Amino acid sequence: MIFRAFFQKTGHRSIAFFVEMGKWSILLYRVIKSTGYLLKHRRLVLDQMIKIGVDSLPLVTVVSIFTGAVASWQAAYQFQGVIPGAMSLDFLGAAVSAAILIELSPVLAGIVVAGRVGASIAAEIGTMRVTEQIDAFESLAIDPVQYLAAPRITAGWTMMPVLVIYSDFVAHLGAFLVASFMLHISPETFFSSAKKYFLAYNVWSGLIKAFVFGGGTALIGCSIGFNTQGGAVGVGRATIQAFVFSSAFILVGDYILATILF
Amino acid sequence: MITIQNLHKSFDDKRVLEGMNLEIPAGKTTVVVGCSGCGKSVLLKLIMGLLKADRGHILVDDEDITRMGRNDLFRVRKKFGMLFQGAALFDSMTVDENIGLALREHTDLPEDEISVRIKRSLDLVGLADTDLKQPAELSGGMKKRVGLARALIMDPQYVLFDEPTTGLDPIMADNINDLIVETNRRLNITSIVVTHDMESAFKVGNHMAMISNGKIVYNGTVRAFQKSRDPVVTQFREGRADLSSGSSREDKT
Repeated sequence: MIFRAFFQKTGHRSIAFFVEMGKWSILLYRVIKSTGYLLKHRRLVLDQMIKIGVDSLPLVTVVSIFTGAVASWQAAYQFQGVIPGAMSLDFLGAAVSAAILIELSPVLAGIVVAGRVGASIAAEIGTMRVTEQIDAFESLAIDPVQYLAAPRITAGWTMMPVLVIYSDFVAHLGAFLVASFMLHISPETFFSSAKKYFLAYNVWSGLIKAFVFGGGTALIGCSIGFNTQGGAVGVGRATIQAFVFSSAFILVGDYILATILF
Repeated sequence: MITIQNLHKSFDDKRVLEGMNLEIPAGKTTVVVGCSGCGKSVLLKLIMGLLKADRGHILVDDEDITRMGRNDLFRVRKKFGMLFQGAALFDSMTVDENIGLALREHTDLPEDEISVRIKRSLDLVGLADTDLKQPAELSGGMKKRVGLARALIMDPQYVLFDEPTTGLDPIMADNINDLIVETNRRLNITSIVVTHDMESAFKVGNHMAMISNGKIVYNGTVRAFQKSRDPVVTQFREGRADLSSGSSREDKT
């Protein structure tokens, strides 16, 4: 009996997962088909680029500066604290820089955007669904996917790499400040090490991740928003779902992209 | 002309419409009445193609919208305007932007002409000088008026009203009823009004249909509806909770 209930529940959840994936795929297809519409309605995309990109800058700044700072501090601890003297702090700049470019900036900026943007997209579109505003778009013969989803997803695709480049700079600044003032490493040592082992590929790989995470977060937010049911409770549930699914998408996607890119 | 043939619609296990047949006469206001949850709003959404029918046909000017692809459906929807129960104004837009959205999306009219049309629409619903307000700044009645102005901006052939007086005080409800009558008289459109407000139904309707158990149980003129001795119609018209007491009282008369 317990096994039966377990398998039933697992089966239902598996089916629900694949149904959700199907919805995301259909939405993605319809967004790609909306390219011509977006070229004529560039203002819609620009508005969303400001909301997703510019408005996320303060949060990304705070997250990035402390990410860089803690990366620097923890790397120094591992270089010297775990196995004392095993590695010189001269390499700190190179190690921290690679970690920021490949992993920390895209993933942490991605999760911040998933929390701020993905959830707010789901709440906004979900509210529009339960208050019949989505039906109102349809009744005016305006495709809500073109008008609402396509600009948000396009803005996610384009602004996330920009946010990650910004995050790279700010995180490097945070790492440098800790290295300089707390660990007493000279600026020349820190930056010459970072420069010596710098690979442009690391930046590109981070940007590819950012592109996937930004578009994916907005896509998940839109899809969950469009399928919201049940008034205020439904909108609350959609908001949580969007954050959970987006964060899981970023972490799983990060692993898959890492195995492909490296 | 809108013709509904053998229309079926269910949500999970709940059957809402079970083989409904109805003809909406052109140029008239048809009021669809019935108890809460009987499928009145579902019927409007099916006519607009916002919901997919399980079975049956909905013919709009002889085109079956239940078999249409998305592009054709959008083409047919341009013949319609719809006033939603809660007005469904777009929160993020001003009144002006709400009303002008369809014109900006579907026409190449210059902004000056769009502004003139928006002002004309607002005048028609008695709401001049509200164009720059946000929906949140409007009362329930004003929202419905803006919703009506938005529904009428593209000069539709058909206008659908979903519970136009629900949630309004009696004076505002009467204002909205007057507005529906006046709009139909001036623009000569075909309207479908879904309501359970009998006062409103008698005031705005030329033709009436009643839904019960997923089917049309009455289809005729307003006058005939007012005189009908059918127990289901009588019970609803007189607002009685008990069908048997209603019919027995009817039998005595």
